[in-house]
Amino acid sequence: MNEPTHRRQGRVVTDQNAHEISRVEELSYELKVFDVMSQDMTIVQPDTKITEVLQLLRKRRISGMPVVVDHKMIGLISLEDVVHALSDKNIDAAVKTYMTTEVMTVNDYDSVVRALESFTRSGYGRLPVMDKAGQLVGMLTKGDITRGILNSLQKDYQEEEIRRYRASHLFEDIDSDRTTLVLRYRIRAGDFNQGGQASSSIKRALKRLGANPQIARRCGIAIYEAEMNLIIHTNDGGIIKVEVEAHRIKMQAIDTGPGIADVHKALQAGYSTASHKVRELGFGAGMGLVNIKRCVDDFDIESNPGMGTRLIMKIYLPHNNKTEDTA
Amino acid sequence: MNLQTIIKELDLQVLTTPKDFTKIIPAGGYVSDLLSCVMVGAEAGDLWITLQSHANVVAVAALTEAAATIITENARPDDSVIEKANSQDVILLLTPQASYEVAGKLWNLGIK
Repeated sequence: MNEPTHRRQGRVVTDQNAHEISRVEELSYELKVFDVMSQDMTIVQPDTKITEVLQLLRKRRISGMPVVVDHKMIGLISLEDVVHALSDKNIDAAVKTYMTTEVMTVNDYDSVVRALESFTRSGYGRLPVMDKAGQLVGMLTKGDITRGILNSLQKDYQEEEIRRYRASHLFEDIDSDRTTLVLRYRIRAGDFNQGGQASSSIKRALKRLGANPQIARRCGIAIYEAEMNLIIHTNDGGIIKVEVEAHRIKMQAIDTGPGIADVHKALQAGYSTASHKVRELGFGAGMGLVNIKRCVDDFDIESNPGMGTRLIMKIYLPHNNKTEDTA
Repeated sequence: MNLQTIIKELDLQVLTTPKDFTKIIPAGGYVSDLLSCVMVGAEAGDLWITLQSHANVVAVAALTEAAATIITENARPDDSVIEKANSQDVILLLTPQASYEVAGKLWNLGIK
């Protein structure tokens, strides 16, 4: 690869002035020509008449077009070339008579800053973009660069907005005496491919609601283990129910059997009743309930053989001036 | 050290859709094939090294917020697993090397 790996070639950046580099400047190094160029090009053949070129330029509001034969660019016809033909009163001439054959190009893998240098050096308004194989893949104008940078800045800004929103407290902007959000998931027995879906969804939901990432992670782990228990050990699967409130998250995993014969034993680290097949998949370490206990503030298990199991897990959240309610 | 350099140094195969790996700086690493242990042991931003390659690897990698998951001994996951990883923004890397070797090399690169 010939592409230089230094992001800021041609300029020495010291630690002292590194923080002065604006995001726009940074983006002009990060963004590649490929990211900002126009792929929708207007091209002409060498035998196209200058009058047609003039119409195309006017209609598309552009100042030049590549001249292409069999996917290969052989020149560029610009407004200036057309003016030249006009002054010769030769408007019915073919493009090949007036086109510029020594064309300056940029590579699609070049950084935008390099393309800007080419614009400054050449004084041209638009440059054809070539790929590694030397094929014409697009056109680049200074306007494309500005648009590309603005789009990236907008994306940055949106990400920052989301980050800020997440940093707030749960339900901070909802006004009520007591707000509860209930999420419910049906988990099917033996469906390993769906395993982790409920926990991922719950974790994502909590983050979007503004839960602190550490809390969202703890809930995610607890739910994941409960979810896998339903998949691995139950007859008919079960339900995961999550009640989110400003002061606590209550999670329940409910199934209809077979129930746990010895709850005390099941709570010991390393104790597992999982089959060999399930263990091969990396489950059945005998850590599921132990992990859950570590992740939550309050843990309760009710189980009767032949009846089913109900797992109740609670995580208490830091106060945020909401009306406290006893659960 | 960024993920791009790690991929190059360890000659890892990128299974999921390539993106700008230079922006990802793994914080550390964790090796285990027992998913429950990974849930507790792996920290957000770690590289997770495992022999497992079924769909639940994606769930665990997403939940633990692993920087990337390195699947060892060429235990190539099914296309459906790779697709699931792409949809959850999980990076899957593959290598013929054993977990022990991969961990050793990462340690030598300064990922501790």
